[in-house]
Amino acid sequence: MGILEGFQTALGLIAAGDRELLGVVALSLRVTGTALVGSALVGLPLGAAMGVFRFPGRRLVVTLVNALMGLPPVVVGLAVYLLLSREGPFATLGLLFTPEAMMVAQTALILPIVVALTTQTVEDLWGEYGDQLRSLGATRVRALPTLLFEGRAAVVTVLLAGLGRALAEVGAVQIVGGNIRGITRTMTTTIALETSRGDLALAMGLGLVLMGLAVVINGGAELLRGRAALVRT
Amino acid sequence: MSGPEPASVRGDALLPLRFDGVGLRRGRATLLDGLTFRLDAGPITAILGPNGAGKTTVLRLAHGLIAPTSGRIEWRGGAVRARRQSALLFQHPVLLRRSASANVRYALALHGVPRTVRAERAQAALAAMGLEAFAGRPARELSGGEQQRLALARARSLRPTVLFLDEPAAALDPAAMRELETAILRLRDEGTKVVFTTHDLDQARRMADEVLLLHRGHLVERSAAAAFFSGPRTDEGRRFLERTLHS
Repeated sequence: MGILEGFQTALGLIAAGDRELLGVVALSLRVTGTALVGSALVGLPLGAAMGVFRFPGRRLVVTLVNALMGLPPVVVGLAVYLLLSREGPFATLGLLFTPEAMMVAQTALILPIVVALTTQTVEDLWGEYGDQLRSLGATRVRALPTLLFEGRAAVVTVLLAGLGRALAEVGAVQIVGGNIRGITRTMTTTIALETSRGDLALAMGLGLVLMGLAVVINGGAELLRGRAALVRT
Repeated sequence: MSGPEPASVRGDALLPLRFDGVGLRRGRATLLDGLTFRLDAGPITAILGPNGAGKTTVLRLAHGLIAPTSGRIEWRGGAVRARRQSALLFQHPVLLRRSASANVRYALALHGVPRTVRAERAQAALAAMGLEAFAGRPARELSGGEQQRLALARARSLRPTVLFLDEPAAALDPAAMRELETAILRLRDEGTKVVFTTHDLDQARRMADEVLLLHRGHLVERSAAAAFFSGPRTDEGRRFLERTLHS
């Protein structure tokens, strides 16, 4: 199949709402969305606290988290695989080769990004706002949500970086999900598989959807950033 | 409501504030050394001195933002109470990225003011500073003078017993400065003890009842304002006035 013909078939699959294609897209969004929400719930407060509090060894912890941002997805996948496998400590949960295992892997992958970038953002904001907030009577703990709200435009960017990383990765979800058709097959693992098989239509169709999603999500985030800058409470 | 709104605690219940041999070192640098004085309720106190004399540092110590490395700072009403009943207006106040009214309401929330009365108290504080028309405007879009008055409104809404102001009129045009000074004097009339730093001798003359002169981290003179400006008692005081008047 030529590239042009592949594109035509891919557009046909999208236009017809191909069940397999939609199922793969839906699973990808569910896995990545859950990982992003989980990372945000843990990573935003944790990163904000690391930006505001001073404690022995803080520099070391920050350096470590920064280093974890560059973790190769296959390494994360392997680590989660070992934890969830029959020999691992969490074998009884029976999560291996399920979407939940993929959510765990993606959360582990993007949590350091959310924590590290939030730490940097909030540390800068604390430098600007710290004395004023303390002067008004805010404790450091009370200042955390204030600083996250003040830095909401930057927080959107942080979450976008995490989302991009999760949406684009292949290795981790392939290892812990097993790329099982109809169960754990995501957009990226399907693209990798179908390309290796020579079925370019589905691969290109999913590639187009993936790029479309990236544009829509980034556009939405840009709108959010604009609204965040204008918000009047 | 823009009429007098008394301080939440009478000044003489919280004051005097005593600095007893207060020193502050940062690394090898001595920022303040052996500072001893007391501030009583009532008169407006101006802290004067050349750049680097330690004026802002004194305010930050008094307000509890930093701790001295030697000596003691004591409030009659206790440090914890003083922390809640004093306010500090920074030279460049930081306003939150929200409306003018929300900035005031935020401060009220931090002080445990019930949500049901925050809007009313915020509106009253804004009205007292002539900012009622700007209540819904994003705070950071206001002019420099309006931002200073908003910061003062935010401080005022907390009904402080003591108000510290760090160069409150720096970088303001004459009209904005006059408005700010009027607002500060009104606070004094409502029973708030006002302590401010300034480089502007005319402003000190207009507003202060007493003067503390700092020089390189030491208190070198304390006088009634009129006496200081008609003839300082110390060489440092005379030199400071000469240099400042001719600069």
